[in-house]
Amino acid sequence: METTTYTQADFKKGQPRWCPGCGDHFFLASLHKAMAEIGKPPYQNAVISGIGCSSRLPHYMATYGMNTIHGRAAAIATGCKVANPELTVWQVSGDGDGLAIGGNHFIHANRRNINLNMILLNNRIYGLTKGQYSPTSPRGFVSKSSPYGTVEDPFRPAELCFGARGHFFARAVATDAKGTIEILKAADAHKGASVCEILQNCVIFNNGTHDNVYSPAERKKNAIYLEHGKPMVFGENNEYGLVQEGFGVKVVKIGEDGYTMDDVLIHDAHCEDNTLHAKLAMMEWPVALGVIRDVDAPTYDDSVTAQIEEVSAKKKYHNFAELLETNDIWEVK
Amino acid sequence: MKTSAGRSTGKKDKIMAENLVIKELNDVAVRFSGDSGDGMQLAGNIFSTVSATVGNSISTFPDYPADIRAPQGSLTGVSGFQVHIGADIVYTPGDKCDVLVAMNAAALKTQYRYAKPGAAIIIDTDSFAPADLKKAAFATDDPLKEMGIDPDRVIACPITQMVKDCLADSGMDVKSIVKCRNMFALGLVCWLFDRDLNVAFNFLREKFAKKPGVAEANIKVIQAGYDYGHNTHSSVANVYRIETKHKVPGRYMDITGNKATAYGLIAAAEKAGLQLYLGSYPITPATDILHELSKHKSLGVKTVQCEDEIAGCASAVGASFAGALAATSTSGPGICLKSEAMNLAVIMELPLVVLDVQRGGPATGLPTKSEQTDLLQVLFGRNGESPMPVIAATSPTDCFDAVYNAAKIALEHMTPVVLLTDAYVANGSGAFKLPDLNDYPDIKPPYVPEELRGTWTPYQRDEQTGVRYWAVPGREGFEHILGGLEKDNKTGAISTNPENHDLMTRLRKAKIDKIPVPDLEVEGDKDDAELLIVGFGGTYGHLHAAMDEMRAEGKKVALAQFKYINPLPKNTADVLKKYPKVVVAEQNMGQLAAFLRMKVDNFVPLQFNEVKGQPFEVEALKNYFNSII
Repeated sequence: METTTYTQADFKKGQPRWCPGCGDHFFLASLHKAMAEIGKPPYQNAVISGIGCSSRLPHYMATYGMNTIHGRAAAIATGCKVANPELTVWQVSGDGDGLAIGGNHFIHANRRNINLNMILLNNRIYGLTKGQYSPTSPRGFVSKSSPYGTVEDPFRPAELCFGARGHFFARAVATDAKGTIEILKAADAHKGASVCEILQNCVIFNNGTHDNVYSPAERKKNAIYLEHGKPMVFGENNEYGLVQEGFGVKVVKIGEDGYTMDDVLIHDAHCEDNTLHAKLAMMEWPVALGVIRDVDAPTYDDSVTAQIEEVSAKKKYHNFAELLETNDIWEVK
Repeated sequence: MKTSAGRSTGKKDKIMAENLVIKELNDVAVRFSGDSGDGMQLAGNIFSTVSATVGNSISTFPDYPADIRAPQGSLTGVSGFQVHIGADIVYTPGDKCDVLVAMNAAALKTQYRYAKPGAAIIIDTDSFAPADLKKAAFATDDPLKEMGIDPDRVIACPITQMVKDCLADSGMDVKSIVKCRNMFALGLVCWLFDRDLNVAFNFLREKFAKKPGVAEANIKVIQAGYDYGHNTHSSVANVYRIETKHKVPGRYMDITGNKATAYGLIAAAEKAGLQLYLGSYPITPATDILHELSKHKSLGVKTVQCEDEIAGCASAVGASFAGALAATSTSGPGICLKSEAMNLAVIMELPLVVLDVQRGGPATGLPTKSEQTDLLQVLFGRNGESPMPVIAATSPTDCFDAVYNAAKIALEHMTPVVLLTDAYVANGSGAFKLPDLNDYPDIKPPYVPEELRGTWTPYQRDEQTGVRYWAVPGREGFEHILGGLEKDNKTGAISTNPENHDLMTRLRKAKIDKIPVPDLEVEGDKDDAELLIVGFGGTYGHLHAAMDEMRAEGKKVALAQFKYINPLPKNTADVLKKYPKVVVAEQNMGQLAAFLRMKVDNFVPLQFNEVKGQPFEVEALKNYFNSII
């Protein structure tokens, strides 16, 4: 399928207005590249966002798109995709847009399994409104609206996605172009709702929130790249591995305490049961990156189309005039 | 021999064989009432179909209880269905009924208030046992006396027992047999009004095509009810006949307002060559639109039952962007929740049809009852300057044309449009002359013309109409971004320029103001009325009936019923200022009156306002109108 006829430039438009150093710049460049590599023409892509810093993104795309209202991107994208399944629909939200005001639409898009590429740019802060805590900010987080620290626990996006019976969840760090492009392409290839959590830094209001994985050196230490069919190893010299212990997952040093490579888990992204996927996605060290879950399931939009075809073949009426005739009719002479 | 039903034509009563007196009537209203599970809606439906088939004019109104499933035999579980049939055109289901069928004690207790003085009352005596009377909160063992009902006007019949006897050999279980009680009552009513049972039989055979046993059992019971009336006629008064005077030849079907709304959308989508999309969330009394459209997959209709009202409207905006004829349906609190996404369609200038079946408010209010209290909300209830066309349907059958026109305006003028109906119009039904789509105007959305390729921008407008062009995703070379932020009128880029925002606000308003709508029609004594009655939407039938009756009494009265409320018809001020007295009658506290006062200089109407959740009563309207004339 290496017949790409598009370049990054074909998807670029305008001059982004995010703060210098904002993670959104990195992500945008990766999205342009991923779309070029996917190779679908710009006019067959629709990029739909809500409101927030990251939701400005459609303005920098040479595709069709909408920068809509706060929280509703997933609902609007749903109607767009169902009405025209031929379009590739990208839904872009931040952690506030997607998980706070838009939380209901997020879980239901996952549950219905609409074939959307759902991007969640997670910087754990409200940037556009200048620094309030978000639903992904950790407990105790100090912000303008929580000067003494928050007294609530955050959502963990993967948990929400799996709780809503999501079939695809992947994670990348905004500064990691290779990792980001990889999961975007995997999300596009997956049929159904594909959630991509992008760990992204807000240089102004939450600087350093993802420092443990933001640089290549830190990722080497603190992140694990999961790849289907490959052993779960990480570390500067791949010296660590993940093994199962009881119902959980444990980090071990290979060669110590009797653990060998044979004990290390092999990643199965296609496993229907999401228990292990959840364990992996929820680890704090190492942070799981890559495609964590990718399971085939019937999509809503395909099922709608199939049902229309099936019912159409059975029913005898196919236009308005024929519909009228299906009623009890009497004639007045 | 005292039963009086309907208005006599004044013709001499004919003496029939077996001393049956057949009285000719102009119109008659029958109310079927019983427990929610007693099948009153079906009995009412069959009776209206049987009557419509002989060319009588019909108007129906189902009155559902709000309770999910109230205890059997309880006062809150009573369901009613009123049918008004007439020789001439009937405009309403009738204020009160000439015949009341009460299948149990609770129905008699709650529904007797809808019976005219002297109405005939049919009761199932088997449902008036002491336990039934207790559930219906009767204090004594003589409910008729307690309610002051003259026993001579009551056809008291052991319906349950007779149905059991009738179907004793059917092999059916008792529960199924008892379910046929409604058909016995229907048979009795059919006898009372000299109806042709064959139409009812055909109706049942079609309805239960897959269960011929059920159809035949019901038919047997109808016949038994009819025969019971015939054989025991000495206990009641007369058989009534409603002749047909006002025949418009053609093929007809019975249709409710909600079904007509669904049909109108299907017709508009077909005419525009577009796919139909409905995003919705179930809410009484609008849900039947979702039900109806969900059936018609073979017409390519896509319905999404969304996670909430917000998503219903938001997904429709997404579908509209993708190039569909998009609609969302709701009622009550749902319209509040949709206002945000409706506003998005305003600023993005995308077509959208918003169906608001008004019900009693505020908040959850009276979910199954009818009001006209959303008018100002749909006109003004959004943040910012947010002009939006508003259309109101005047009757169940008018919903078809009203929604067709709403879709036409939405698609051709690139705007959301609100169609206001109400619980009364939505659930009521009328005889619908089958429309021929060839008679309906074309619907031509303003797609970007090919010659604009290369120079087109998203907010470029047609000079005449002020409408922006539509570029549907998938079309090469017209990629663009829309959004909820204000845009530059030339480039389509985000703009906070003060002059640009002022200009865009005016452009959006001018676009709506330029939409052509038909003139306001005046009926009745249009040249010399002393009183002009003004209303909008679903009150048309009652206001018309009040006008007719007053004119028959020699008063000079005219009626102007608004269908198009934004923009207002061009002749609005001329009509409103032409008559010495004007009364605006509406089922709210004066919302249309307030809007008209805002739009028409020095217009100070009288007002008739009522918010009882029930349709207007013609008598009450007349009393007030007569008091001000």
